[in-house]
Amino acid sequence: MKILKRKRKLNRTLGGDIFLFTLLLFFGFFSAYPLIMTASNAFKPLDELFLFPPKLFPRNITLDNFRDLSDLIGNSWVPFSRYFFNTILITVLGTGGHVIIASMAAFPLAKYKFPGRRLFFTLVVYSLMFAPQVTAVPNYIIISGIGLIDNPSAIILPAIASSLGLYLMKQFMSQIPDDLIESAKIDGASEYRIFFQIVMPLVKPAWLTLIILLFQRLWTTDGGSFIFSEQLKPLSYALRQIAQGTIQRAGTIAAVSFIMMIVPVTFFILSQSRVVETFSHSGMK
Amino acid sequence: MEAKTTVTPVLTKRQLLWKNIKKSKDYYILMAPYSILFLTFTIVPVIMSLGISFSYYNLLEPPHFVGLSNYIKLFLEDDVFIIALKNTLILAVVTGPVSYLMAFLFAWLINELGPKLRSFLTLVFYAPSISGNAFLMWLLIFSGDIHGYANAFMIKWGLIDNPVQWLKDPHYMMLVIIIVQLWLSLGVSFLAFIAGLQSVDKTLYEAGAIDGVKNRWQELWYITLPSMKPQLMFGAVMQITTSLAIAQVSMQLVGFPSVEYAGHTIVTHLIDYGSVRYDLGYASAIATVLFLIMMSTNLFVRKILRKVGD
Repeated sequence: MKILKRKRKLNRTLGGDIFLFTLLLFFGFFSAYPLIMTASNAFKPLDELFLFPPKLFPRNITLDNFRDLSDLIGNSWVPFSRYFFNTILITVLGTGGHVIIASMAAFPLAKYKFPGRRLFFTLVVYSLMFAPQVTAVPNYIIISGIGLIDNPSAIILPAIASSLGLYLMKQFMSQIPDDLIESAKIDGASEYRIFFQIVMPLVKPAWLTLIILLFQRLWTTDGGSFIFSEQLKPLSYALRQIAQGTIQRAGTIAAVSFIMMIVPVTFFILSQSRVVETFSHSGMK
Repeated sequence: MEAKTTVTPVLTKRQLLWKNIKKSKDYYILMAPYSILFLTFTIVPVIMSLGISFSYYNLLEPPHFVGLSNYIKLFLEDDVFIIALKNTLILAVVTGPVSYLMAFLFAWLINELGPKLRSFLTLVFYAPSISGNAFLMWLLIFSGDIHGYANAFMIKWGLIDNPVQWLKDPHYMMLVIIIVQLWLSLGVSFLAFIAGLQSVDKTLYEAGAIDGVKNRWQELWYITLPSMKPQLMFGAVMQITTSLAIAQVSMQLVGFPSVEYAGHTIVTHLIDYGSVRYDLGYASAIATVLFLIMMSTNLFVRKILRKVGD
């Protein structure tokens, strides 16, 4: 026991510990405060919203803000369920397609040598170095050229080809032992079978990571300039329209933000350890 | 012996490559769907953007070649672009390194805690970056009236007498954008650092202690940092790319366009010409400049980081 304790304290002083953990506490509060306030404002009655000093937790918990929200939504001519369906459709097809298609490409890149492999992966790594905004204009031209304007595919297809996901998946697959694949090959399994039956089940942690990274992007998409029809607009767009306006709608804005944030955050809580595991292979040379 | 060599002639390089390609058919099939989408929505657009930047194009008429005039206008005539460029560089120089160091520092401190506390704090620091538009809470914090939390607290503590127009006064806009951007910035690189720290070989620390490592800082510099160089590299790419592309926070908090363009960035300028004015040639010139800035910064920083711990 004694040895164990001494080991943990290797190279650490009490003063240093106290200083550094005070820092951690301070910034932890900085990080959490706006989110706690968002959650708590969503459940505050109007009179508490403008109370000073702002209370971290509501005194009288109420669902008024959510009720206001559903009233406002009830007045719109497109049923709310339609916006919700659009977002679910984009998110599910986008993340699902991304996980499958990016993994399919990651498998040969991670495990085999073939002409063009290095060039392709280099392009993927370079594409991490610029933000998607750089290609916004030609993307619009391409998407309208293919005739996908005002179609959910305009959001889904580019998302499927997200390069961060392929990069992380390829790095994660690299650590699968070659023996496993070799022995399956000796048993006569095809590449496709090896991929679906051996490789895919082994990289579940990476699935979750790809899902969470793309999920939050698609979940909050507002359709941008790609989707015009009201009945095709996603949830985030509808909620933003409602929340528009200034401080008077603070409660409704908080309710909206709360709904938008609670889903990805819950997902992360449930998958955290797997996601972190994936990132241990994220390294770049 | 001689007969044998004539029967199986040595394959030329080209034939060998072709043979290899045919043998790898399955791999290309597996890669095909991703490759098609990736080329269509990432690689081709970069090349197209460069091409369009030398033209005048408004979507209605076919583009016509205008040479370098978009670039000349950008750097010599467009004062707003110069403001945007300056703001972008300030934001990148501040939020890039600071967020990178923060991500590493917090990951490093969290790593010393027990598993439960560790996952809790990971969530606390990572949550802002996946919380959708929860950053709009900062609108309430920095609201210009006395109800804004920042104003209310500062008046109460006697730091200011009158409410400050955080989101409207050009003096404070950049500060607000920086604070909120930093708050949002502990994203994938933070997770990469957490993961990297967990996978450092623990015996290295004991070996280091025997070799004369005396305190946590030496341990950090000589053992921890070199062991997680690949993650440091990955994190740098993520932070640089994000810090040069700041736009959402600026547009949502200080407005689009912001007062006196004080919160204008290259990306908001790009959005202005691309999505509002439909001057796509000019917008592409902006995009190309941004692309070059991002690539050169990334490649330069990568070069420096390779030297860490050497």
